[in-house]
This record gives sequence, structure tokens and C-alpha cells, in this order.
Amino acid sequence: MAARKLAITGGRVIDPAQGIDRVADVLISNGKIDEVTSASSGKTPDGYEQIDASGKIVSPGFVDLHTHLRDPGQEWKETIVTGTRAAAYGGFTTISAMPNTDPVQDSAAVVDDVMRRSAADGLIRVLPIGAISIGQKGKRLAPMGELADSGVIGFSDDGNPVADANLMRQALSYSVELGLPIINHAEDKKIGAGGVMSAGTVATRLGLAGVPAEAETAMVARDLHLADLTKARLHIPHISTVGSLVALRTAKESGVDVTAEVTPHHLTLSDEWVYGLKGEVPATVGSEAYDTNTKVNPPLRSRADVEAVIDALNEGLIDIIATDHAPHAATDKVCTYNEAAHGINVLETAFSSVFQLVDTGKISVVRLIESLTAGPAAILRKDLGSLKKGFSADVAIIDPGSKWVVNPEQFESKSVNSPLAGVELAGRVVTTIYQGETVFDLNASGVFSEAKQ
Amino acid sequence: MTNPTTTVGNNPADDSEAVIASGVSGETVVAPRHHLLDLDDLSAAEINELLDSAEGMLEIAGRDNRKTPALRGKTIITMFFENSTRTRVSFEQAGKILGADVINVTASASSVSKGESLLNTVKTLQAMQIDALVVRHPHSGAPYFISNHTDASVVNAGDGTHAHPTQSLLDLFTVRNHIGDMTGKKIAIVGDVLYSRVARSNILAFQKMGAEVTVSCPNTLIPDEWNLGSTLGDETGFGGLKLARNVDEAVDSADVVMALRIQQERQDAGHLPSLREYSDRWGINAKRMALANDGALLMHPGPMNEGVEISSEVAHGGQSVVEEQVRNGVAVRMAVLYTLCAPGKSTRIGNNDSNSSDEA
Repeated sequence: MAARKLAITGGRVIDPAQGIDRVADVLISNGKIDEVTSASSGKTPDGYEQIDASGKIVSPGFVDLHTHLRDPGQEWKETIVTGTRAAAYGGFTTISAMPNTDPVQDSAAVVDDVMRRSAADGLIRVLPIGAISIGQKGKRLAPMGELADSGVIGFSDDGNPVADANLMRQALSYSVELGLPIINHAEDKKIGAGGVMSAGTVATRLGLAGVPAEAETAMVARDLHLADLTKARLHIPHISTVGSLVALRTAKESGVDVTAEVTPHHLTLSDEWVYGLKGEVPATVGSEAYDTNTKVNPPLRSRADVEAVIDALNEGLIDIIATDHAPHAATDKVCTYNEAAHGINVLETAFSSVFQLVDTGKISVVRLIESLTAGPAAILRKDLGSLKKGFSADVAIIDPGSKWVVNPEQFESKSVNSPLAGVELAGRVVTTIYQGETVFDLNASGVFSEAKQ
Repeated sequence: MTNPTTTVGNNPADDSEAVIASGVSGETVVAPRHHLLDLDDLSAAEINELLDSAEGMLEIAGRDNRKTPALRGKTIITMFFENSTRTRVSFEQAGKILGADVINVTASASSVSKGESLLNTVKTLQAMQIDALVVRHPHSGAPYFISNHTDASVVNAGDGTHAHPTQSLLDLFTVRNHIGDMTGKKIAIVGDVLYSRVARSNILAFQKMGAEVTVSCPNTLIPDEWNLGSTLGDETGFGGLKLARNVDEAVDSADVVMALRIQQERQDAGHLPSLREYSDRWGINAKRMALANDGALLMHPGPMNEGVEISSEVAHGGQSVVEEQVRNGVAVRMAVLYTLCAPGKSTRIGNNDSNSSDEA
């Protein structure tokens, strides 16, 4: 990449970290941002390669705080190679690898391995998250200091809630010195044990065991009180219930150091999607029902919850969007709903799926981009997610008018578990630039014309 | 489904066919049906047509020599992933009386116990060119999943906590035989609504026939979004269902009282203090039956826990139709199998094409 000089010209540049929203050129050299011009000059400086972005949105590359790469241990579902490709396809230039790998990222050895292979094989930046407890078993704290020294950006037993309140308290307390957030999957597994979707009318009609929203809300409330007690940083992943938002608001107002994320699916899909008709409610249950691609944890919630998380994201109560990209093999989803694995393949549909809310006027495109760039970068406390001079030249170019139909068979991800198959979306990411290099260009021959070589 | 009346000629010498045909002949009021997954998509007319057919089947099943060639050459597989006596034997008997070859597969004695997936089990059976798959599975929706991966007719013989349509049909058949038109009749269902597929299917089935259904059970055994003392709205999918505050209110003036099996697991999982307390507060006994209308029917889908949800006195008393339910089960399942696998209906079509792809 030595000295590529690139001018991305004529696009609507949205960089919420700098309060920029104007038509301008973005100049890049040596893998760094040189400047965002005050207006588009209409010409490309000498020696610069040009990308014409007229009619398009130019955003900092997206930052994801919640990705399951499955590597090491479940490479048939995803690998660092395919997961970072999928990320680039979706406009992401930084992703955070959740530690529920095999072996678990609960030691420097495993974290170092993931970082080394990500640097060598990954198409974009991978930041590891360390486990809270050894083996994510919820018994003893993982060596959090050692993990922090290795470069983890936070701690999580994601998938496994820290059920033991005192262990959670100790993890929060211990993390204070490290300055890194505790990211606890909030779910009281005893409430609604055996549940496979959100409790409510849909679950009752389908005869599926339901998990009440309160299973999440109860643990969110506990964690917020423990964060208050310890004065630690708490980050709530995939928040999804009205009750959790009430607790979050109270905590934020009283000064608890807490941030929260919401997934694209909890912003756009309700439990009615389990009927298998893309959100339509059928008069009678048909054989398309029990759509296993809708099975996810936390489960898809009621429409009221969906509206509430949209509002909360809009007003900033929820800080960011994170994908919870959770690839699973076909055999994990071509089965009964009870047997199906939890998780949705999100990276490649993340932006476009939430862009539906822009199209319907429920959220501004600036807030959407902030939730994927400046927001997560602020939680990471890293020089990412902005087009500031000197920052890594990570850029996503979006065509707001470009419509596409989701076809998981064409995903770069190794897995196809998306409930959005066949759904038409707009706001497509057309180019992704990482450290000044084009890592994804939709219009090139072949999706990854350069990267795949 | 080919109109069965056009297929009688297959073996005119045998009068069984005529009986069968007369049972299901008349106006064809509904579209052909390939599967029976639940009753929610059957109209009252379609249900009545099946029950009419079951009348003829009941007569056949009661004959000395009751073997008929109606489904000769058809292969029916019963695939039971849960233990069952009455339902499995009932289907097997129904198929055999109709002359079909019936093969019983149980999870414990099949490749399922070696870890074979449900998908591969179904594909394996499908490759043997079968006509019907009768499925009992502990997971709700399993027959729906299976129906996407086989060309055979799928009959739901009970899926998880979702549905048990042939149980409902036999219950409707039993009630219809005693009280005829069910419009406005009061049906009291007492028991574990949260986990009972029989309760759910029967609520839908009796409502469809115009009856008024009331349930009673501990508040821990109804969905959280339902409230005792209320009547459900249409958005719940069980619109009009009444949730009694107590069992006496449910049974009061009922024309049919149905007790459901209460399982030991409910006590173990903390839904109930004890089976003793359940029996005391929700058990159906002579005192509670006295609150129902004179001549009210007492039903139970079995297997019964006598002395828990139903007292022995009433279980075997004059109002009990429990054994009749079992007898009717065979006739109703004959009607279902005949309707789905009628002679002349090509049920093995497309075994080699890609209709049943993994994308379904």
C-alpha cells in the first residue's frame, strides 16, 4: 500500500465525530486521512487516484463491537478470513471478536493467536474481546490483566451471562484499574428456562416455550446497580426490552458509567418474523413458520420493544449499533426450532437493514452512521470511526438509492443464516477502504477483485 | 386430493369402499389437502366432512372382518419421537384396517439414537417412497419442518406443546355423536394449558364448531400474557376463550368437561406446590361434575392420573366417555389417512425431483 494517494470526490461526507455533513472530497495518502475538504473541488489533485462518489454517502468505515468470528474452533461456520471479508462487504473496517471460541479467549496465548492471524489473514482490523471468567464458565475470573496487556478491548462471557452476582461485581471492580468495559450478556437463564423465542402471543400460538422480556430486564437492572457500586464501566450488549431501557435511563441519569448497544435485527424485526412470513401475521400457521433463521438470543421481541429501541437509539439512550454477527452452519438451522442454534448472520446486511428506518423517517442517516462509527469508537477510546486528519483511512461508501435483494448464498460469510433472504433493501455499501486500500468494491468484476487474489 | 367418489371403482366388489366413499362423498367444499398439521386451517365444513367420513369408518372398524383394501399398496410410516401407546397404536390400527402397510419407527430403536438428524431421517424414509408420515415429536413445529422436506403426506400426531389435531378430531367426533350441533355449547377444559397441545388444539377445534370454551388451571400454567378472569381477544389467536378464575366457575353449566393430564414435571419445575394441592383445587370429581349440566360428558385424552386430575369415581362413571374417545380415535384416524392417501391420489410424486429442497 506504500503510497497510494486517493481522492474520494463529490460525495456527501458524513463524519459525526467532527460534525461534518457536507458534499466534499476526502483525500487519503499513506493509508491515512489527509483531509476532508471544505467543499468538493470538482477536480482531483495531481497524483491522486480518484473514486467518484457523487450521489453517494462517504462515511468513516464502520466499527463493530460485537462479532462472532468462530475462529478458532468452529471454522466450518466462519473464519477470520471469511468473517473479515463479510465485514468489509458490509462496510466495516474494525470488528471486535467475541471470546466464545474454542479454546475460549481467556488467556494471552489464545488472544495473541487471534490477533496474529487477524493481522496476517484478516482483510480489516480485528480487536479481540477477552473472557470475563475462565472458560466462560462463570466460576473464576479470567486473567483480566494479562488479557488487557494482550490488547483486548473489553471483557465478555457473551452467550453465557455471568449468573453469579458476586462474580459480576468482582469483574466490574477488577476492570476499573484496566479501564476496559465489562460486556455482560444480560439474561437470567432461570426465568423462562427452556424458552426458544420471546414470550408472547406468537410463542403461544406456535406452542414454543417463551422467554419473558424480564429475563433480560432483571439482569440489566442488577448489572446497572453493580456498576454503580463499583464505579466500573459497563457496556450492555444487544439491549432489547422496554424494561431494560427504563433501567438504563435511570442509571444514566444517576451517572452510572454505562453504554448500550442494539443490533440491527432488534431494531427491525419483531417476534412475528418467527411465523416465517417476513413479519406478516398469518391467519393460520403454515409450513413456512418456525423460521429457524429468526432464532437468536436475545430473542426477537414484540413490536413495542422494537419501537422502543428505535426511539432509544434516536435519542442516544442507546449509544450504538453492534451486529452480534453469529454465523451458523446449515445443519444448525435446518432442523426444528428447538434444535436450532441461536444467532443471525448480520455483517453484510447490517447497514442496509437499518437503512430501512432511514427510508421510513424513523432515524436520520447521520444518527445511523454515528451509531456505527463515532459511537463505538468512543467506547473503544481509539482513534477510529472518523475521517480526522491522521486517522487510519477507513472509509465506507454507500449508495443510498441502490436497491438489492438479500441472497445469503452470495454472502462472503461462510454461513447463510439470515432471516432477510429474499428481502429487498436499499442503502447499499458499494466500496470499503481500509488503511487506504480498497478491500471491497461492488462494481469491480467480482466482489473482492483485489482482496481475493 | 382426488374426489374419493371417483375412485370407488378400484374394487367395486368390495362394499367397504362404498361405505368409505359414502362417508366422504357429497359436496366437496374444500381444496385438496395434503397434510394434517393442525386444525387451525380447516374450516368447520372441512372438519365436519372428516367427521362424516369417520362415521363410516367407525362402522367398518366394528365389523367382524374389518380388513378393507381401501389403502392397499400405500405405505404409512409412524415416526414417534416420544413415548405413546394409544396414539401410535390407533394410527397403526387405522392404517391396517384400511389395508395400508404400516411401519413403525421409534426414536429409540432407529438411527436417531445414533445421532441422525431429523432431516436425514426424513430424507431416508422419503427415498423409500412412502405415502404418509405420521409424526409425534417433542418439538413444536417438527411436522411443519418435515412437511417441507418430504412429498409424503404428513400427519401431526402431536408436536411439542403446539398441536394434536387428530386428538381434537376424535374429541369433536365423540361430542358430536352425543350432543350433535355444538353451537353455543359450553366446553370446560381443566388442566395444564401452557404445556398441553391437546388443550390448544381443542380450544381452536371446539371454537371452530361454534362452542364456547372456558379453561381453568393454575395461573402458572397459562401463558404470561393471559389473565385469569378475562376473555381473550382475537389478536391472541384464541379469541373468545374464557379464562375462569377457578375450576367451579369453568365447570358450572358445562356441557362437556375435559380434564387434562397433569404431569409430575410441573410440580418438580415449581409450577405447582404439589399434585395433592392440584387435585384438591382443580381435580374433577363427582362434586364438581354436579355443577355441570345434567348429562354433561366427561372427557380425558389419556393417559389418566386417576386421583390427581380426575377421580376414579367419575373417570369410570356414567358420564365418562374416555373409552369411547379411544375407540373413536381409530375411526377418526382412518378418515384422516383415507382423506390424505385416497386411492388414485399420487402421493409419491416428485420423490426424485428437487421440490423438497433444503431451502423450503
